[in-house]
Amino acid sequence: MNLLLLLGAPLLTAVAVLLGRNKQQVRWMALAGSVVQLLFALGLLVAFRAERSGGQTAQMLFEQNFPLIDALNIHFHIGVDGISVSMILLTALVVTAGVLVSWNIEKMTKEFYFLLILLALGAYGFFISLNLFVLFFFLEISVVPKYLLIGIWGSGKKEYSANKLVLMLMMGSGLIIVGMLGLYFFGGHDFDIMNLATAQISTDRQNLIFPFMFLGFGVFTALFPLHTWVPDGHSSAPTAGSMFLAGISMKLGGYGCLRVAVYLLPEGAKEYANIIIVLSSIAILYGAFVTMMQKDLKYINAYSSVSHVGFSLLAIGMLTQTAITGALMQMISHGLMTALFFAVIGMIYDRTHTRMVDEMGGLMKVMPFITTVLFLVGLCSLGLPGLSGFVAEMTVFVGSWENDTAFHRVATIAAAMSIVVTAVYILRAIGKTAMGPVTNAEHLELKDASWNEKLAAIILLAGILSIGLAPGWLNDLLTPGAEIIVNRIAGK
Amino acid sequence: MNELLLLMKNELMVTAIIFLLLFIKVGKGMSNDRLLPVVQTLLLANLILGCFFNQEGALFGNMYHTTPLIALQKNILGLGVYLISLVCSDWLKKTEHLAEFFLLMLSALLGMYLLISGGNLLIFYLSLELATIPVAAMANFDLDKKRSSEGAMKQILSSAFSSGILLFGISLIYGITGTISFSELPQLADGSALFIMAFIFLFSALAFKLSIVPFHLWTADVYEGAPVPVTAFLSVVSKGAVAFVLMTVLYKVFQPIESTWYILVVILSVASMLIGNLFAVRQQNIKRFLAFSSIAQVGFILVGVSSGDIGSSTAVVYFVLIYLFSNLAAFGVATVIAAYSGKENISDYKGLYQTNPFLSWVMALALFSLAGIPPTAGFFGKLFLLTAGGSKGSYVYLLIAALNMIISLYYYLRVVRAMFMDKNETPVPPIQTGASAKLGLIICGIGIVLTGMMGWIYDYIQSLH
Repeated sequence: MNLLLLLGAPLLTAVAVLLGRNKQQVRWMALAGSVVQLLFALGLLVAFRAERSGGQTAQMLFEQNFPLIDALNIHFHIGVDGISVSMILLTALVVTAGVLVSWNIEKMTKEFYFLLILLALGAYGFFISLNLFVLFFFLEISVVPKYLLIGIWGSGKKEYSANKLVLMLMMGSGLIIVGMLGLYFFGGHDFDIMNLATAQISTDRQNLIFPFMFLGFGVFTALFPLHTWVPDGHSSAPTAGSMFLAGISMKLGGYGCLRVAVYLLPEGAKEYANIIIVLSSIAILYGAFVTMMQKDLKYINAYSSVSHVGFSLLAIGMLTQTAITGALMQMISHGLMTALFFAVIGMIYDRTHTRMVDEMGGLMKVMPFITTVLFLVGLCSLGLPGLSGFVAEMTVFVGSWENDTAFHRVATIAAAMSIVVTAVYILRAIGKTAMGPVTNAEHLELKDASWNEKLAAIILLAGILSIGLAPGWLNDLLTPGAEIIVNRIAGK
Repeated sequence: MNELLLLMKNELMVTAIIFLLLFIKVGKGMSNDRLLPVVQTLLLANLILGCFFNQEGALFGNMYHTTPLIALQKNILGLGVYLISLVCSDWLKKTEHLAEFFLLMLSALLGMYLLISGGNLLIFYLSLELATIPVAAMANFDLDKKRSSEGAMKQILSSAFSSGILLFGISLIYGITGTISFSELPQLADGSALFIMAFIFLFSALAFKLSIVPFHLWTADVYEGAPVPVTAFLSVVSKGAVAFVLMTVLYKVFQPIESTWYILVVILSVASMLIGNLFAVRQQNIKRFLAFSSIAQVGFILVGVSSGDIGSSTAVVYFVLIYLFSNLAAFGVATVIAAYSGKENISDYKGLYQTNPFLSWVMALALFSLAGIPPTAGFFGKLFLLTAGGSKGSYVYLLIAALNMIISLYYYLRVVRAMFMDKNETPVPPIQTGASAKLGLIICGIGIVLTGMMGWIYDYIQSLH
């Protein structure tokens, strides 16, 4: 399996989209391209499992390494482990669904799909990079598309949100640059993640760089108090943009926190673990309580994202193997769930032209498919067994409980309490929207999901259910990667 | 004789073009439409010739010296002038005195070539003057605009002042060491207070040309008053040349007082980045906007300059190449729009994407490159400058530079937002960009996208050291 295909496919798709002659062609090109990417991602999963079961135990598989700039010792080094494979799969699912739900975009269709595919390219590249420089390059490549997607196709105070999001993410990037250069100079003039993992960097220096790295990636993953771009950005973005932002972009940050900050700077991680736990506990509770007060469906999902991503960060702060596996599961589960949630909200908004919970009611009678999906995704969000949210959150709590100090216990209990709040706001919002009599007579005329929307929902639901009902495969993928990280923390 | 021809081929070629233009001018003259392609071809020939037969050597008792790296620097400047002749062709065709314009511009270029190759303070001073005075005349080229002559006046007065300071510094250096030769100065430098004062005088003259804060006050007015091609020349070619020579001066001549100039460079670079960025935020005129952005960019170049090893010199040369593509693309679009609609304000760019998608994309690419956002080359350029600057290990400095990238992104996005998002009742009408301007913009665009991806360019520059 050549990983370059994973970059080539979106690149070709982007070119094909640009060459498309009319809107219909552009749509089909984008869909074909994203389906090819999805097939690649699935093929990668199969190939990866085949290699592993064939006894291949190297940390990274399908590695490729080309010199890029000799003078600075920069190599284009790519490879995947189980964590990256699952993240790539997540990206492919969300992007395909995103292309499908954007089917009816009439304004500058070509540009829209071009930018969307560019976002996917950045995410794929990020997840396969094994060189900090290349990783950072792919992280930053998404800045332009994000800005334009929100600013041009967004809704509400879109210019403000686009600016806020891009500038805050740029602040994260600024911190990452400094951390990256610190690693480069302390680690013997090397950007390579595999080499840096074996470099001897003294504890003092790790403590110096770790905050830069963790905060930098933390901005991307809505680390409290750097989360303020999330509600504005997510709610102003077009549906596919929100799906990408919440589903993938926030995971870039989480993946970076683990792969770069914690893995390369384990001593720093130990030093600051308690602060991470405190911040993420605040994020979990604060996010949940703020969500209770929201009336706009998109804001509800955006704030609940802050709360849910907090679980990932909390688990990272716990530094045990189960917790880190749980953190990764939560990232993937949340990515699928929140993307689906935004997709459904988009579908409802396209029909009712409102996102206010108070202005809707009884939609179950009018559009059974859409509301059923809404129910499923809501239940996943509050952690119903059988859906992915339960598996992930359970793993996080079990992993967190393994730390037996009072501090960790209190944090775990506080985080677990938030599930009650989640249940309150999810059930209230969905109940109000879907159940009861139809409050607005105009809503009786509305149609249920079209083929593309159904397909998008089914793709994402398949992901959620496959994790929820049979979490074993994901666990097998993630555990070895988490084990390596934990071994490094333990100094083995 | 052969050696003279070969080593000085860049200078001789430019001189030949100057004389040719002079003959054309005093002879029958040519219409702009015919003259411009001739000049463009000549400049291209100069550029191509400059890429071959580059060797190391010195002439006139070390007053003039050249190396492959210096030849590359000259070619980068030559490329800049060639691109200006392309992207600004719509404006150039309309000017009444095309031949004179190129006469002046090429004289300034000749001065820059000599400046980079200069081996002692005498030729340094002479060529710096040659590189400055014609530009002041060029700044006055919009003869019917009062602002243009005002800008030219400001420039000539303030450059005369800085020349005076430079001469004072040179005389002090000669008084202390008894030599003006670059190769002998480092051994004789004593690091005394007087010597440091002389250095500061000399440095401030260069800082003036680079418009480093606090020597930047002339920049915005001159940029705004001058015609766009002149502004482009000032902000790209002129700055590039001085940045190159600044490295020679700091790394070779003043190497013994490195710890002193390091502090100076760091302070000035932080000041330039902050003030350039903060002032750029509020600008309405696109040329003033680019003026302040260029001040901030120079502050960023100084981050690379500060550490003083091979890596930093490579990063600076590489960055200037990228900066040239990015800034000329931005100025190119500004010229095209100014030449056809006379509009120069950022608010006039509202809704540009609806009417002129090509120009908007080029402008957006250029601005993202200036802001250092991938996949554009500016990302690589800035990151390598930071890497170079980081080798001295002052992370606070790096953090300030990195955070300045946020401010700069904010104001570059203002223009992008105006072009792509804001609505406008009367946007700039669709413009039929001339063929050569289009070619120039495409070359710049390709340069912006590909220079970064092609890592061997960096390796090549490094190998020349």
